[in-house]
Amino acid sequence: MKKVFTRPKSLKRNTFHYCPGCGHSIIHRLICEVIDEMNLQDKVIGIPPPGCSVFAYYYFDVDMAESAHGRGAAVATGIKRAFPEAVVFTYQGDGDLAGIGTAETIHAANRGENVTSIFINNAVYGMTGGQMAPTTLSGQKTTTTPYGRDAILEGHPIKMSEILALVEGAAYIERVAVNSPANIRKTKKAIHKAFQVQLGKLGFAMVEILSPCPTNWKMSPYEAWQWIDKEMTKVFPLGVIKDITERGDAD
Amino acid sequence: MKGSIEISRDLCKGCELCISFCPKGIIALSDKLNMNGYLPAVFNDNGECTGCAICALVCPEVAIEVYRG
Amino acid sequence: MTGNAAIGEAAIRAGCQSYFGYPITPQNELTEYMATHLSRRKGCSFIQAESEIAAVNMVYGASLVGVRTMTSSSSPGISLKQEGISYLAACELPAVIANMSRGGPGLGSIVAAQSDYFQATRGGGHGDYRTIVLAPSSVQELADLTHKAFDLADKYKIPVIILGDGILGQMMEPVEFKHEAPAELPIRSDALRGARGRPSKFIKTFTSNPAELEEINWSLFRRYELIKRDETAYETFLAEDAELIVVAFGIAARIAKGAIRTVRTEGLKVGLLRPITLWPFPYEAAKELAKGVKQFLVFEMNMGQMLEDVQLALEGQGEVSFYGRPGGVIPTPSEVARVISRLYYQKGLNK
Repeated sequence: MKKVFTRPKSLKRNTFHYCPGCGHSIIHRLICEVIDEMNLQDKVIGIPPPGCSVFAYYYFDVDMAESAHGRGAAVATGIKRAFPEAVVFTYQGDGDLAGIGTAETIHAANRGENVTSIFINNAVYGMTGGQMAPTTLSGQKTTTTPYGRDAILEGHPIKMSEILALVEGAAYIERVAVNSPANIRKTKKAIHKAFQVQLGKLGFAMVEILSPCPTNWKMSPYEAWQWIDKEMTKVFPLGVIKDITERGDAD
Repeated sequence: MKGSIEISRDLCKGCELCISFCPKGIIALSDKLNMNGYLPAVFNDNGECTGCAICALVCPEVAIEVYRG
Repeated sequence: MTGNAAIGEAAIRAGCQSYFGYPITPQNELTEYMATHLSRRKGCSFIQAESEIAAVNMVYGASLVGVRTMTSSSSPGISLKQEGISYLAACELPAVIANMSRGGPGLGSIVAAQSDYFQATRGGGHGDYRTIVLAPSSVQELADLTHKAFDLADKYKIPVIILGDGILGQMMEPVEFKHEAPAELPIRSDALRGARGRPSKFIKTFTSNPAELEEINWSLFRRYELIKRDETAYETFLAEDAELIVVAFGIAARIAKGAIRTVRTEGLKVGLLRPITLWPFPYEAAKELAKGVKQFLVFEMNMGQMLEDVQLALEGQGEVSFYGRPGGVIPTPSEVARVISRLYYQKGLNK
């Protein structure tokens, strides 16, 4: 029998500090598989955020630099303008990209910066203990919405993929999830495409990934994965939101 | 297709996702704690494994290696 | 040319690869100069960013990959950049930040003031760090110090602030550029440019281990000691036989020189100490002067900021008086001359 599944080369052998069932670990692995398959390990510069994934550099065996909260898209812009040969990706949570970093993200997309944003949407602020995120669902209980998110007081969950699709410089925006084998495969394809768009100098590419946070959702990992289908996809529908490339599929 | 898997006992955090998604139901939770205090998943090798690798696909810890042939 | 344009030209000649900025009076001419002259140079980049915050983070990104890069703004915009400057200092990334300061606090005024001294020298962002702060007082010096800023930033892996002001930025004086733009843009060898032929590395200071962060802090400060030892710069003017020393920086020093020349014609023995590096501040030079002079007049266009460094320097050896005009009001040499001579006579220095 031959080995058909193993750790990707660009994923370091460190034990993940993430909670059991967390989406970060799966997504890190998928990105590393794509980096390996596209032979990008020595060209990639990754920008992780503050948050649970601040330690991403312990896992990705590529050049990485920390960024101030929300500023990943601006840092990526500076890198790409100063060193266009680099393959740059930001890895950002929902607070990072959809809250404090909204301006930087929209404007990087608007300028059509040839960078790739991996947007981890888990509807909560994980690292800080489960506060409301810009993408928290209406009625969802978090530590700062203990009575459930109220539209009048706290607004509605914000749909960054749809917002960015309106921006001229955005070339490819897809929303996926990592809550089932089928969805995990689709997520990998989307990540692959998002890097290809950068290599093709077609503009800004973003993959929004609905990701489970069992700890702060107060669910078991399996329940958290179900909750994404039951509740999150009602507000954040999966699929390609925008794609200016000639072929609609990822290759 | 015959298949087999190896679960790294001490990387596993007992999230049970592989158990939930295995189409053959041949992964179960051990009753012995691993080094980190989790009850890890163990492979009940009864010959039914096809090496579909769904367990490895869903495993957040990259704790599973899959063989097929 | 104007001071703002001189900064731009000097930066280009220093091999600056990128400029990221945002319009704000009174430095727009610098942003526009870079839009015209830097943007089309081979391998160079200009972005008018969506905010000053975005601009400083673009500088961080460009500095990560090893190029010479800069941003500029004026007081309120520099406030916005403080987080980014803290990150640059923490990660030991060279960068040049020009502040053509204006009246504050708040939206303030659009004319020159010197009220960002604390912000610049006390490390306006969070955490224990310093940035080199250079205070030119002429368009020529703006050009010279801009070039030097890039060299110092690279040498010590530290952000360097050029603390100008609205007058310096907008005044026009003859300027001679002593350098030509390099044929190849300089790139630092330790830059993050992809793990080709070497293990991957990461640049960060966040740690869950306080001991690790403590060592980072000590290591930064060991370097700051070297900067203090080797890069402190100042100018003295007519100080040798002075009974009263005026201490002033930047445009205020220009005004003070005019005032000092006037009172010298009336026989008052007044001199000037002009710090050129505000950090590191020339404490030793001030102490040295205090051995022979007992009266100091700090003159700045603010409510008393460099005043505190002068008091610190003298440690009680000598009397320090203060004359300040905040908010963007421009004091004239004759006004300052009156203040100097009144103080001179009040302190009995004419006897």
